[in-house]
Amino acid sequence: MSALPTTAEKTKIAVKDLNFFYGKFHALKGINLEIPENKVTAFIGPSGCGKSTLLRVFNRMFELYPEQRAEGQVLLDGDNLLTSKEDVALLRAKVGMVFQKPTPFPMSIFDNIAFGVKLFEKLNATDMEERVEWALRKSALWTEVKDKLHQSGSSLSGGQQQRLCIARGIAIKPEVLLLDEPCSALDPISTAKVEELIVELKEDYTVVIVTHNMQQAARCSDYTAYMYLGDLMEFGSTEQMFFKPRRKETEDYITGRFG
Amino acid sequence: MPDKHLSTQFDSELTSVSSQVMEMGGLVESQIRQAIYALSQFNMEASEQVSANEARVNAMEIEIDHALSSIIARRQPTARDLRLLIAISKTTANLERVGDEAEKIARMVRSIIQSGAPRSLPSLELRVAADLASGLLNKALDAFARLDVNAAVAILKEDDLIDREFDGFVRKLVTYMMEDPRTISPSLDLLFLAKAIERIGDHSKNIAEFIIYVVKGEDVRHATMEKIESVVK
Repeated sequence: MSALPTTAEKTKIAVKDLNFFYGKFHALKGINLEIPENKVTAFIGPSGCGKSTLLRVFNRMFELYPEQRAEGQVLLDGDNLLTSKEDVALLRAKVGMVFQKPTPFPMSIFDNIAFGVKLFEKLNATDMEERVEWALRKSALWTEVKDKLHQSGSSLSGGQQQRLCIARGIAIKPEVLLLDEPCSALDPISTAKVEELIVELKEDYTVVIVTHNMQQAARCSDYTAYMYLGDLMEFGSTEQMFFKPRRKETEDYITGRFG
Repeated sequence: MPDKHLSTQFDSELTSVSSQVMEMGGLVESQIRQAIYALSQFNMEASEQVSANEARVNAMEIEIDHALSSIIARRQPTARDLRLLIAISKTTANLERVGDEAEKIARMVRSIIQSGAPRSLPSLELRVAADLASGLLNKALDAFARLDVNAAVAILKEDDLIDREFDGFVRKLVTYMMEDPRTISPSLDLLFLAKAIERIGDHSKNIAEFIIYVVKGEDVRHATMEKIESVVK
């Protein structure tokens, strides 16, 4: 796309001419995109379109694999995080991520949340307890776990585990929260709770969510990006994308004519 | 419905509800034709038939709304599918109102026949307007079936013609009533008839506006002709 898709909002992450390669495979092709601050932005598109790849660039998750490389710019508050000398752990403290499958650490519910906080902050016991409670309340999990904080995180149900992961993600007070298919392993009630949470979280964070569930994008995002085969096909307000997309390709995908 | 969904079941549901709308449209058109025939011949039997068929029109509106609710509940339609379903719902509401107008015409025809002075009134102009209005509805339904926005614009323009016919007819009626006060009562009936016909034109125009809404995603109700033409271009 030639014109840079923009919104009237303040930009949190600006992606400029981003190309991404898995070895020789060109997975993202010249992406230009501005992610607005304190909004929920959803990436949709068929499998292999590059939406998760793009999400993983935002906290340099790809650097774990030597054959993967990103070219171009990803500006977080104006600083290019691809060339930044900043410690990647600090970047990930600012840009947190929650994965498709719940990944509780093999430790207590309390420690699952405290673990990350201890890496970045020195809190006394009372402050830590407050922080853990705050994160669990924010994640709509507190009332369900407050009497069993010292039980193992993996004793929780799938939906609770996923909210625990979100609590762990927000406990270190990131600026951006990346959610990669956060509800794909959850039942409808847990999904509804996580979606409620996503909408509440945007008051404090910039949220980017990758989802295969288009209705989920329609329900809880403010902006939607449609990707296909490594290209950003269309980006706009979610309302516009689901009511009157500009491109026929987008319309075919969201109305289920893709194939 | 051009091009197909991954779900052929969804396609067949959309096709089915679209053809129900066309069927309802056909029924309403024949109601108007029958009402106009009753008017032109001052024919009691034809007017009674229109009233008898009215219940079927009402029932079809309910059936179609039920089908629409079911599709929305089960398919969560988006974009132009969503716009199509909303437009179908609005179109059937308009068709039901056209059915009401046809029934109103039939009732008025009976009242004029019973008053005993049918032939001395200027009902020729009324028939011309009635033909215009039913022709317009026919075009609107045809354009809806093909989702033809250019035809829709032509319909919007043609409705203005019916509105002008109506104004001319009212002026003529006033003249009649002033010349011979004995014509006041049947003239008032004719005035209501003319209004019913004018309303049919308006409903056709509404349907034409929904065609533009489906295809272009723009709500052109209450918009100027300039704006509408720029949307369609």
